[in-house]
Amino acid sequence: MTGPTLAAHRSPELRLPRLLAGISYYDIASLRDHEQRYGPLPLWGGSGRRRPGRLIDVVEASGLTGRGGGGFPTGRKMRSVAAGAGPAVVVANGAEGEPASGKDRLLLTRMPHLVLDGITLAAYAVRARTAYLCIHGQEIELRDALEDALAQRRAVDLDPVPIQLRGIPGRYVASEQSAIVQYLGGGPAKPTFAPPRPHQRGVRGKPTLVNNVETLAHLALIARFGDRWFRGAGLPSAPGSALVTVSGAVRRPGVYEIELGTPAGRVVTTAGGPAERPAALLVGGYFGAWLPAESGWRVPMCHAALKAAGGAMGAGIVVVLPGSSCGLAETARVIRYLADENAGQCGPCVFGLPALADALADLAYHGGRGRAVERVAALAGLVDGRGGCRHPDGAVQLVRSALRAFGADARWHDQRGPCPRVARAPLLPVPGDTDWDWA
Amino acid sequence: MNYQLRVNPIACDAHGVCAELLPEIIELDPWGYPILTLAEVPAGLVEHARRAAAACPVLALALVTHPPR
Amino acid sequence: MVIDLHGPGLWYATRAAGLVTLLLLTLSVLLGVMTAGRFSSERWPRFLTVGLHRNLSLLVLVFLTLHVGTTVLDEFVSIPVIAVFVPFAASYKTFWLGLGAIASDLLLALLATSLLRDRLGYRSWRMVHWFAYACWPIGLAHGLGIGTDRATTWVFALTVACAAAVAAAASWRLVTAVRVGAR
Repeated sequence: MTGPTLAAHRSPELRLPRLLAGISYYDIASLRDHEQRYGPLPLWGGSGRRRPGRLIDVVEASGLTGRGGGGFPTGRKMRSVAAGAGPAVVVANGAEGEPASGKDRLLLTRMPHLVLDGITLAAYAVRARTAYLCIHGQEIELRDALEDALAQRRAVDLDPVPIQLRGIPGRYVASEQSAIVQYLGGGPAKPTFAPPRPHQRGVRGKPTLVNNVETLAHLALIARFGDRWFRGAGLPSAPGSALVTVSGAVRRPGVYEIELGTPAGRVVTTAGGPAERPAALLVGGYFGAWLPAESGWRVPMCHAALKAAGGAMGAGIVVVLPGSSCGLAETARVIRYLADENAGQCGPCVFGLPALADALADLAYHGGRGRAVERVAALAGLVDGRGGCRHPDGAVQLVRSALRAFGADARWHDQRGPCPRVARAPLLPVPGDTDWDWA
Repeated sequence: MNYQLRVNPIACDAHGVCAELLPEIIELDPWGYPILTLAEVPAGLVEHARRAAAACPVLALALVTHPPR
Repeated sequence: MVIDLHGPGLWYATRAAGLVTLLLLTLSVLLGVMTAGRFSSERWPRFLTVGLHRNLSLLVLVFLTLHVGTTVLDEFVSIPVIAVFVPFAASYKTFWLGLGAIASDLLLALLATSLLRDRLGYRSWRMVHWFAYACWPIGLAHGLGIGTDRATTWVFALTVACAAAVAAAASWRLVTAVRVGAR
């Protein structure tokens, strides 16, 4: 199948899939499969007719925003990197730090060539001379599969700028943008605070474009089919499609492609619908927010609407919390994980997050003294915004949304102690402490 | 000129000298790290703020200027 | 007033200034250790430690200048100006004088980097500042080895007291650092 079949249609059923159009759940798409499905890499070089800046124009016109959680307009980012001094660097962030997210993994394992096309196109557009694809260092199978894909491309000299595969440490904060940039420059995989930002001076002082791998996959399609095609799905204010990972008490958990603006409830229905009566939805991952089921069901999945509802789009994660689970207990476990995953750089995070985790655990599992909610709220206020990166802020957002969505439960716990639902098997994935290190 | 104080949370090591020199704007949290209680430094305290920033043993406090909007 | 460049006056001035330099330098080191160790008490706030450390260090420079100046001016022994900065360039007591030159150079580096700390950035400043732990003992050795006051008991006792104070402070610092642990 070639381009025109993927062009915009009026009927919603034919607008998707886009990214997942070439997916096979049994095989990794080879370079040939990929080119048959989507067409060859539209590298706009050499002929002189199209200039790198033209691709940036198209990306800007398409309204593509980052799919890694930040939601920053990709075209604008590319333009500021291209305008930077000296040769640029492109970094593809495939190190999916969020435990509840699986979309990057899916893209990289099943359809690596879309992402690799995106990297090459981005490198062309910002005139980069170095390109990195970052994954977690311990993902050996993923690394092998990607090496194969890269070898296929090298055999036909497809990428003018060779794409270097890099393994980064498996810690949660290591996949943050500035942490990756510092690590690639030879430093520790920890977030940095002081300006300048990566797009001005990133890896080894060069202007650096950091994009999530899904964003680059969209870029690869936009370069082929144009900005009007991209805007054929989604909302005018939030164009295009996105990958979401649906899990929890849902019949068919997995990664799905949706149009931006789809109500969260419809996303759950696409995944087979809830397995039990849903109490709440966790949208946006561990730096996102809990939405009570009734109101959350209707909230459109896009940055603006989720922010207005007190949450975030994050990396497109929806977890369905059943009525038989205790949202406070789940949140307490997640915050404990986030507290353990701090980078160890800033006092308020190093000391404040564990204190917050203790207070939340107290509320969820002990309670009964009437002051736990107050303590959680106070600690959240003390930690918010006082770290060198968004780690504590994300945790606080989750905690505050839990106090809102599970307000009645919180009051109950505060007065009477843990509810029987805390005994239910844990729902949200929290990786155990393995031998990950910083090196 | 608008003056603002900015803490570099990574450099900050909870020495607490800044809070001693500028208690009007800087308080310490339960673990000894600074909390800025005012977004902007009032004109009368600018000199004190400058001294507090200079006194930080690890250069984690900075006095930043913005031209008035 | 005429300075007798041949008589003992300048020589006494040199020794006195040298001793005061050592005392002030010792105090400065102690205050530096106290800063790093976050020493404070109810009547001794931390800004006092930081402020005194910086001011006393500048005062060290004043007395060092006096010490070095009187040494060069003193015509009883010929010590060229260059020997102040270039170690082992003098013919009189070459080694011990050379130590003094090294200590002075280190002190100048410490002061210059500290005054320009804002421009240099914290990391570069910190790297140079570690040399304070070399500057002080070299200065002390210079004072002991130069032999001008070997026979004077109270000067010797004072020197030993300075050494003991810094040793005590350094041990305190090590103990508290180990207890706090690495973050």
